[in-house]
Amino acid sequence: MTSSAVSPPVSANRTAESHDGKRPLLSLRGVTKRFPLVLANDHIDLDIYAGEIHALLGENGAGKSTLMKILYGFYRADAGSLALEGRPVQIHSPADARKLGLGMLFQDFSLIPALSVAENIALFLQDVGPVVDLRQVERRIEAFAARYRLQVRANVKVSELSLGEQQKVEILKLLLSGARILILDEPTRVLAPHEVTALLEVLVGLRSDGYAIILITHKIKEVLACADRITILRGGRVAGAMLRAEADEKKLIACMFGREMPDVTRRPRSVTAETPHPVLELRAVSTRAEGAATSLKEINLAIYPGEIVGVAGISGNGQRELGDLVLGMISCAQGEKFLFGKPAGRLSIRQARREGVAFIPENPLAMASVPFMTVLENIALTRPWRYARRGGLTLDWAAIRRDALAGLEKMAYQLPLYAPARTLSGGNLQRMVIVRELGLGPRLILASYVTRGLDVQSAVAAQQALLDARGAGAGVLLISEDLEELFALSDRLIVLYEGRIVGTFRPEETDAYQVGYLMTGAGGAHDSRR
Amino acid sequence: MTLLAILGIISSAIYSGTSLLYATLGEVVGERAGIVNLGLEGVMLVSAAVGVAVTSRTGNPYLGILAALLAGVLMNLLFGYLVITRKANQLASGLATMFLGFGVSALIGKDVVGVRIAALPRLLLPGLEGLPRVYSSLFRFDILVFLAVPVAILVWWLLFRTRWGLGVRAVGENADIAYASGRNPLWLRYQALLVAGLLSGLAAAHLTIAYTMTWTEYMTGGRGFIAVALVIFSKWHPLRAIAGALIFSAAVALQLALQAAGVQVSPFLLDTLPYVLTILALIAWGGTRRHSAPASLGRVYLGTE
Amino acid sequence: MTAAVDRTRRERRLNRRIADAALRYLLMLLLALGLFGVILLLSGKNPLHAYADILRATLGSTYGFSEVLVAMTPMLITAMAVALPSRVGLINVGVEGQLYMGACLATWGALTFIDLPAWALLPLMVLLGMIGGAAWAFVPGYLKAIGLVNETITSLLLNSVAPKVVSFFIFGFWHGPMDTNKTANFVSAARLPTFFGTRVDLSLIFALALLVLFWYVMRYSRWGLEMRAIGGNPQAALRNGIPLKAYQVGIMCLGGAIAGLAGMALVSGYFGLLLANFSSGIGYMGFLISWLSFGDPLGVLLVSFLVSVITTGGNLLQLTQGLPYAAINILLALALYIVLARPTFVRGAK
Repeated sequence: MTSSAVSPPVSANRTAESHDGKRPLLSLRGVTKRFPLVLANDHIDLDIYAGEIHALLGENGAGKSTLMKILYGFYRADAGSLALEGRPVQIHSPADARKLGLGMLFQDFSLIPALSVAENIALFLQDVGPVVDLRQVERRIEAFAARYRLQVRANVKVSELSLGEQQKVEILKLLLSGARILILDEPTRVLAPHEVTALLEVLVGLRSDGYAIILITHKIKEVLACADRITILRGGRVAGAMLRAEADEKKLIACMFGREMPDVTRRPRSVTAETPHPVLELRAVSTRAEGAATSLKEINLAIYPGEIVGVAGISGNGQRELGDLVLGMISCAQGEKFLFGKPAGRLSIRQARREGVAFIPENPLAMASVPFMTVLENIALTRPWRYARRGGLTLDWAAIRRDALAGLEKMAYQLPLYAPARTLSGGNLQRMVIVRELGLGPRLILASYVTRGLDVQSAVAAQQALLDARGAGAGVLLISEDLEELFALSDRLIVLYEGRIVGTFRPEETDAYQVGYLMTGAGGAHDSRR
Repeated sequence: MTLLAILGIISSAIYSGTSLLYATLGEVVGERAGIVNLGLEGVMLVSAAVGVAVTSRTGNPYLGILAALLAGVLMNLLFGYLVITRKANQLASGLATMFLGFGVSALIGKDVVGVRIAALPRLLLPGLEGLPRVYSSLFRFDILVFLAVPVAILVWWLLFRTRWGLGVRAVGENADIAYASGRNPLWLRYQALLVAGLLSGLAAAHLTIAYTMTWTEYMTGGRGFIAVALVIFSKWHPLRAIAGALIFSAAVALQLALQAAGVQVSPFLLDTLPYVLTILALIAWGGTRRHSAPASLGRVYLGTE
Repeated sequence: MTAAVDRTRRERRLNRRIADAALRYLLMLLLALGLFGVILLLSGKNPLHAYADILRATLGSTYGFSEVLVAMTPMLITAMAVALPSRVGLINVGVEGQLYMGACLATWGALTFIDLPAWALLPLMVLLGMIGGAAWAFVPGYLKAIGLVNETITSLLLNSVAPKVVSFFIFGFWHGPMDTNKTANFVSAARLPTFFGTRVDLSLIFALALLVLFWYVMRYSRWGLEMRAIGGNPQAALRNGIPLKAYQVGIMCLGGAIAGLAGMALVSGYFGLLLANFSSGIGYMGFLISWLSFGDPLGVLLVSFLVSVITTGGNLLQLTQGLPYAAINILLALALYIVLARPTFVRGAK
């Protein structure tokens, strides 16, 4: 990091002040990181103390992960300085970070399922001789495990452990390899409620032994349960810093989402309640998730023609699964699914598409497009039956082009039709998917983060297209993290938290505070069905 | 069928099983590091040809073994250069190595086709000195036979009890994690291929210098592919490989025994046994994903740059 | 930018890429020839004479050229049997086995329906051959589609089974009165017609038709579009409603059927009988050819031609240079190694 060139910004009140005269173990000053499209970290100051849990709170995209990746040596900061126990240090790689006593617990575990717990840990121990004495490693593990309530069976394969147990192994790995500062990136995301409680107890135990812990999260409950010091990031900046004693739910939420709450501009409903059948109905649907995915629990949801149902929630709380469930990628473990008034539990994706289901996924590159095919070919992909001629021997490229151009014109977008999708920018890729999916009168639109990566003009066009589709009688499931967008477009709003619907609102009955509470798991359930 | 005949069959099964075991062990080590070598057949052929050529030139079977080991290592490193350094597709590179082995071994072996070479001396199994000569001659094995099971145990110890083995297995499972733990995945894979080459060399050396004692083209007769199948059958485990090689040679022995007893079972159908068993075992075990196949087997490690 | 300008620019870029590729492959070939020359020198042969012999024997006479075509035919077909599944991301290393089973079933037809006229018997044999190959490929395809076992492993294992099944039938039931390891010559109605008094037979037409068909289907048809989507991004293809599993099983079987056709062509055309262990690695060669040409039909044609020149010439080396026939595999393997190692001759080339 280039430390001397940049003077620390005036920041007296932005960091939580050192109380009781303690010197910070680790301090960051003016850390700035710019990516091509976004300023991810903007002059961030942070002080970490030994024997404290420091919560780093913020929405997705607030810059928490970037900051921690800089700290752990994955990224180089553009500006700013870093000091450990008052001495300036440089961290160029994860190896540097580990040498300085930093340990990071990632969201995706770096464990090898086929190896045993002891083997996984031995892999990262520097003081293991040429012949590995796994018994001895197991004894060392047990010593730490007993002290911090991290009991795991050291001789079983990691593949046999639950996600919670795997997380314990990761923490043990950090402790045994000598980390003093533990960075935990959304550690509770994959855990069951009782496991969360257990983890927080572990953290408290570690704190009392002098470990410094950085807890990255967007769950306010957890922050209030265990943190000593809280820093809130918003839009790449420090939006607030306080001690636990100064903090309460309301204050934190205000900091997280900003004081400027969106203007709620209502648009009239186009279709009234006497519409016969919902285009989509889920009755008490639960799914079974594999690995780190979220399972949906007891989802009851109906979308009527001419209605936009907004789904609020911090990503990773079941949004992807909800979209995939309706499309038919995953099946109901319990409950029933109806599309356009007919049971659709066994409907194939192609049949669903033929019935008029459109799908704009959260990640257009991985989930919607084929990188080596041209834009036009990608557009043809969703409805090959429409363009097949002579029983499929040829495709009517003129018709595909016509449809594509008509769609582009309607949205006032421009795309190179013959360029491979992989050469497109993120925004153009999103435009391609929007044009393809909204082009031909869909009856049910599953749209995730539609405006992500778009400039204002394109975003407005995309939103208008959704409203137009609603006007034409389509039902829309709009998944977004942007509360402003949700409030502006939705006729009804549901909040997803950990795979459950924790609130159902009409936008005019609620405000962003209340939704924010529910998104962060802070409030109780709320229901005002139609 | 006489006792003598049965013992004779067992004796020959042990001989044919030994080279198979060495070859399987070699492939186990390579695959544990994440590298499938379909060219094993070719590697063994070259080793065998070199072993015979050197033995026949020098009259010393031990020099022949040494040369076979070297040849095995060289062939494997050549293959390793393709799949590790040049990051080429492992299946295609393996097949190319197989064709290379066909050619090179034919060229090296062309002057010694059919020449009978000095064999490894055979030693009587300890404790059987009292047997009549007709019997005891069936239990006289060469040193490589006696070493086969100890070598399997050694390979197991290397893979499962040493720091090196832990690294090799980690590379085969997830090279990124191995890298994160401070190891060099490429270098470890070369090391694993080197060990695999030594073992393939041993397999070929036993086949020629101890067993057939002559060279003919394509003399490995598919043993390389059988070994690849046995690796899967033994779930990538060196000790189970002993059982795998034994089961296969038992199938051969059974076939010989049945023929000796006058029961006609097609030898061809019996020959399919190891492959069919392997496929059935894979299905019964619930597939490759859930069972012990190194997770990044066949995958190219592109590094972290 | 108008579409026309867009297109010409793309075409110009494509042409330059083709020219670059051609130059690179030429240099690689020269490198392989050079290395093999060194090996020839080391074993006391004159490489220039050897290469002259190869060229004279293959491209220097009509007969030689026809022999190259004969060798090329099964390679073309087996390469297609690999190239087709590879388009949906399946690795079919099982062509060798599928080819044997195709030959086996086709032979059963030839030996059972002796009295049928050629116009009925040959199509029947083609059908049987394709069924045999497809059935053999169904196992790995199905096990892959239900997510149980990787298709590479199963198809590889089945490769070792098929020749033994064929041997079982030959030695047990089908062998001719004089032999144990092969059937009697097929009746003439079961033989593919040959052209111009050479050994080039109808299967060359099959092979070329297959290449064109493959190219056409991939380029223009709806199924080609869907298959390319699966090969390019299976997750996206699935979410776009393309039936992934049906394609995986179906295309694997179709690949097997093509391999079976190659087996039928070999027994009905080249050999005129079924011989134990007749293939000697043609299926594996098909895999390599398809892999080296990235499954592109024109590339398959070129690579197959080159490989056939080398192998056909190898026969001659044995006669004139006193080298074992297998030695020609060295030249082949060297060429493969060099292509696989992707050397950079020019800075910036990938």
